[in-house]
Amino acid sequence: MFSFAIRRLLLLIPVFLVVSMIIFMIIHLVPGDPIDNIVQIGSSPEQIAQLSAKYGLDRPLLTQYAIWFRRLLAGDLGDAIILRQPVTSLIAQNLPHSLALGGLALIFSTMVGIGAGALAAIFRESALDRAVMTLILAGSTVPSFWLGLLMILIFAVQLGWFPVSGARSWQALVLPVMTVGLGGVALVARVTRVAMIDIARKDFVLMLHAKGLSRARIQLAHVLRHALVPVVTILSLRIGWILGGAVTIEFVFARPGLGSLLITSLNQRDYPVVQGCLLMLAIAVMLGTLLGDLVQAAMDPRVRDSVA
Amino acid sequence: MRLSGPWRKVLRSPRGGSAALGLAIVVFCAVFAPWIAPYAYDIQNLPGANRAPSIAHWLGTDEFGRDLLSRIIHGARTSLTVGVASISASVLGGMALGAAAGYFGGAFDRAVTAIVDLTWSFPEILIALILIAIIGPGLQSTMIAISIGYLAQFTRLTRAQIMALKGETYVEATINLGAGSFHVMFRHLLPNALPPVIVAGMLATGDAIILEATLGFFGLGAQPPTPSWGAMMSSGTAQIFIAPWTIIFPGVAIAATVIAINLFGDAVIDALDIRGRLRES
Repeated sequence: MFSFAIRRLLLLIPVFLVVSMIIFMIIHLVPGDPIDNIVQIGSSPEQIAQLSAKYGLDRPLLTQYAIWFRRLLAGDLGDAIILRQPVTSLIAQNLPHSLALGGLALIFSTMVGIGAGALAAIFRESALDRAVMTLILAGSTVPSFWLGLLMILIFAVQLGWFPVSGARSWQALVLPVMTVGLGGVALVARVTRVAMIDIARKDFVLMLHAKGLSRARIQLAHVLRHALVPVVTILSLRIGWILGGAVTIEFVFARPGLGSLLITSLNQRDYPVVQGCLLMLAIAVMLGTLLGDLVQAAMDPRVRDSVA
Repeated sequence: MRLSGPWRKVLRSPRGGSAALGLAIVVFCAVFAPWIAPYAYDIQNLPGANRAPSIAHWLGTDEFGRDLLSRIIHGARTSLTVGVASISASVLGGMALGAAAGYFGGAFDRAVTAIVDLTWSFPEILIALILIAIIGPGLQSTMIAISIGYLAQFTRLTRAQIMALKGETYVEATINLGAGSFHVMFRHLLPNALPPVIVAGMLATGDAIILEATLGFFGLGAQPPTPSWGAMMSSGTAQIFIAPWTIIFPGVAIAATVIAINLFGDAVIDALDIRGRLRES
């Protein structure tokens, strides 16, 4: 298991290099002189010359990338043009909010998704099953930002149960977590339901019935347990999507976070911040996928042996 | 006009039939928008701003007094154009890459697979945001970003289909009879690989419409006054307390369109019996 983890971690290095290279290229690919994309407005010619030298903008592209990458490893992502502070400190302020939202949404999707999927499978073809199926359809087709706006409209504006926006209290997290989580709930519930129905048809389950085990025990202790393997697989594949959902929802709820920072900076063309946010989000997706792979490997020995 | 087997099956099933009807309405709105919309989409009337739905304005008006129904009808044009154009480009590009990689194998296949695997783990929204950071906001950038964001999916799917078909006896027989690569690819492999890829494309069009709306909502998609469902909701958020209909109705339009696309795609999958082939190996 340990060697599997190390191998998977090593596999991330080339991916990270390629992703960082693409993100580095952003300031060179946008129209205009790259220096204009990293200097603060109203900088003096001396300051511009100093920055030019710092990033080696007159040197070959590969050298520039090497300089940028070395600064990156030292935790220096440059300074924000509009917000006039180091990008690293902006990220440090916003990252905890995104982690809280993404992490809680992931837990919410897993728990509620498995619960709803299991109930739908156990009480198949009942009203409960149909309700869960409707929830699945809604969760996978309704745009999440619209769902977020509807939640604000119903629970914050009309009923006044939760704050409309911001991140001052834990109550402000409830609606965003539910909004981000619902897409995940739909996915997890669908996979759990299908897997449980599939496994309930297997011979060993018939055997358990013949042994006289109670229906509840068979479903929960045996069928659900086996059904969790595909659920973890799909979760490990889709962790990035749940994090991506958090990006959108932060903006809807006007919460601080990497997503809000990224979208605001994109609109203001504050490229050093855009680069920093994209890099952090890419790292988050990569680590999330790694985590999913590790959990999957811990549950299923075949996965551990498959990756050379 | 008599419809052939699978299509008849789709339209006869209650789900497929109602989804087809819903889609037909959206397409009709998109094509005939200027003739069926009660007002022009960009005529402002500030004294009549943020009015609730009424006889004159069935879905109310927005913050500039523009008729919401007319803007939603015109918005169908933007959404469908972006969805269909970007996914078509993505399907064509993905099929070319996937077919070449699956058929010829070797270093080219390994290179394509490596790139596809790299983008695979990243959500489309993140890929789209990276691309928009480079090419700048706007409707055209949105289309480019979406088509590149979905490229990996179709490349993977086509490659898997071609790999599976390549091993079939009839393909081996054709090659042994002396058929060239071109003949095998365009006469035998691609036509047989087509149905699952087209259906996957249909389902992705729904996702692309949501992605376009999301980017529009961020202010990175269609620029004003072009009516886009996402951008309409974005300007509606400032009016959430006084004019909630500016958020509700564009969202209903998106959700209804995407649900219709998904149900229709599902009905086609069942009618063609290709559910198993949609799983990528």
